[in-house]
Amino acid sequence: MNEKRPSHKGKMVPLPTNSIIPERDLAVTPILECRHLGIDFGGLRAVDDFNLTIGRTEIAGLIGPNGAGKTTVFNLLTKVYQPTRGTILLDGVDTAGKTTAQINHMGVARTFQNIRLFGNMSVMENILVGLHGEMNYSTLSGVLRLPSFFRSERIARERAMELLSIFNMEDTAEALAGSLPYGAQRRLEILRALATNPSLLLLDEPAAGMNPSETAELMENIVKIRDTFHIAVMLIEHDMNLVMGICEGICVLNFGQVIAKGTAEDIQSNPVVIEAYLGKQQ
Amino acid sequence: MKNLKKTTKVDLATYIGVTVAFLIMYALQTGGHLTSSISGQLVPICCFIVMAVSLNLVVGISGELSLGHAGFMSVGAFGGIIAAQSLAETIPSTPLRLVVALAVGALCAVVVGFVVGVPVLRLRGDYLAIVTLAFGQIIKDLINCLLVGYDSHGLHIMFNISGLKSINDLHLEETGKAIIKGAQGAVGVTKISSFPAGFILVMLTLVIVLNLIRSRTGRAIMAIRDNRIAAESVGLNITKYKLMAFVISAALAGAAGALYGLNYGSLVASRFDFNTSILVLVYVVLGGLGNIWGSIIATVVLYMLPEALRQFSDYRMLVYAIVLILVMLATNNDQLKALLGKIIPHRKEAAGNE
Repeated sequence: MNEKRPSHKGKMVPLPTNSIIPERDLAVTPILECRHLGIDFGGLRAVDDFNLTIGRTEIAGLIGPNGAGKTTVFNLLTKVYQPTRGTILLDGVDTAGKTTAQINHMGVARTFQNIRLFGNMSVMENILVGLHGEMNYSTLSGVLRLPSFFRSERIARERAMELLSIFNMEDTAEALAGSLPYGAQRRLEILRALATNPSLLLLDEPAAGMNPSETAELMENIVKIRDTFHIAVMLIEHDMNLVMGICEGICVLNFGQVIAKGTAEDIQSNPVVIEAYLGKQQ
Repeated sequence: MKNLKKTTKVDLATYIGVTVAFLIMYALQTGGHLTSSISGQLVPICCFIVMAVSLNLVVGISGELSLGHAGFMSVGAFGGIIAAQSLAETIPSTPLRLVVALAVGALCAVVVGFVVGVPVLRLRGDYLAIVTLAFGQIIKDLINCLLVGYDSHGLHIMFNISGLKSINDLHLEETGKAIIKGAQGAVGVTKISSFPAGFILVMLTLVIVLNLIRSRTGRAIMAIRDNRIAAESVGLNITKYKLMAFVISAALAGAAGALYGLNYGSLVASRFDFNTSILVLVYVVLGGLGNIWGSIIATVVLYMLPEALRQFSDYRMLVYAIVLILVMLATNNDQLKALLGKIIPHRKEAAGNE
């Protein structure tokens, strides 16, 4: 049923770098550009010669069999790992030598495959941590409870409630984040990432553990988030319904190497991809 | 908004509880209804409450194990004593001199906290525990080598590393005073600490710590404790916030040390040894990690306990240990918690707040 939403997808055009981006994003600098990106763990080439360009408002998919290196790519993009080779450009700016926190300040926010919430804090507090950079009072005015503390906290709480309303989670605001159901924890992670005001949102298996109706709702919400915040979204996902339904450009990874790039139609009919997933036809 | 109110309520109850306890004890003390042993414990209890609350900031809120908290108390105590003794003529007003001494003690501890914290807090794992453990020992030995005197020319400080020098090698004038005599510690200290001063320091500590953890800085510190990688991914500077918690904690311990040191006529550095650090850690763990009012109650009860167990004479510490184990078992018992939850309806919320 979800395949019938082509309206979310724009026309994809090829770049000289062999990547494709939406035609509407051609006029601006791509939000992300990876050039010959690679990392070795000891003798293992976990990711090698990874090239990808993502448009300013694109929803991009990163797929591949288990152990292909998809999460490693996310960890490279957010500098959890420092790349062994290659360059990552964010909005045209080189990210060499940046820390994970600085990458976030440059506009990249992410979620995690194994959920990483601040479990001992409330849902509201989790989002407020995401809004940390938006609040502008100093530690001293926080301790002295100056007017700027109250003003800034009130604005942040209102903003957090707005974010919670995206997933209709307002009533869970005071619940302990660790006590939420699995699906709600995944949604909260997305909201916490959104709170940092990113221009590129990385989602690592956002639909993992969700039932089909939750997944369908998530798909709508990812598109809604992209349209509301005018950001690019890159997602790793095993649910092909979701990937083929909303991703404009798709990149397929196998054994740390890009084996195919293109639109959903290109990927579905690509024999190399089919071989990677199903094995060689005899 | 409800959450804001709930935590505010807990904080308010803590402030009121401490104030009421102070007023009662102060009235009893001035009325002469307290035995001299209890009366003598009032200032040390205030000091150890500040110690426990400040250590809770590092262990409970920041999630780093520090085993050298008494080291900061020691730095603060001797820094405060030097300041108070040498400024005796410059600042004749006792309360003002005490304030200056506490500030100097806190400042000394901040400097040392930075020196210890900057290299260690960049690392992950148990390094902080190991380094603070060593720091506590080193600071004790360093102060044992310290010779400090004061005369009209100002302060004379000498490090007696060889162990052969004595206070006479400082060549003080006739009118000069010795302040710290190496292993003999601080001598001839004018006692200027008072119970009201202790109360004010406790309240100040509570305001600083509670307001801090309810602000964006405190949330950042707790977020780093809960999940370091996620905290980095939302743009938090890990080292900055860990260091902030550590240094604020050191400053408060330094102030507590100064108040403690100025409560006695003489003070030796071995008073602040590893056992003292562990004692404070026990207060924090028993009161509940991250639970500020829990630390206060645990400190008061456990500080008074050895006195109350005086009748057991030789078996005093044995009974103390048994009581500790029993309390630990009881506070971690789910059935008991459920029972308490039925009796006190707010208990569950408070538990969620820890």
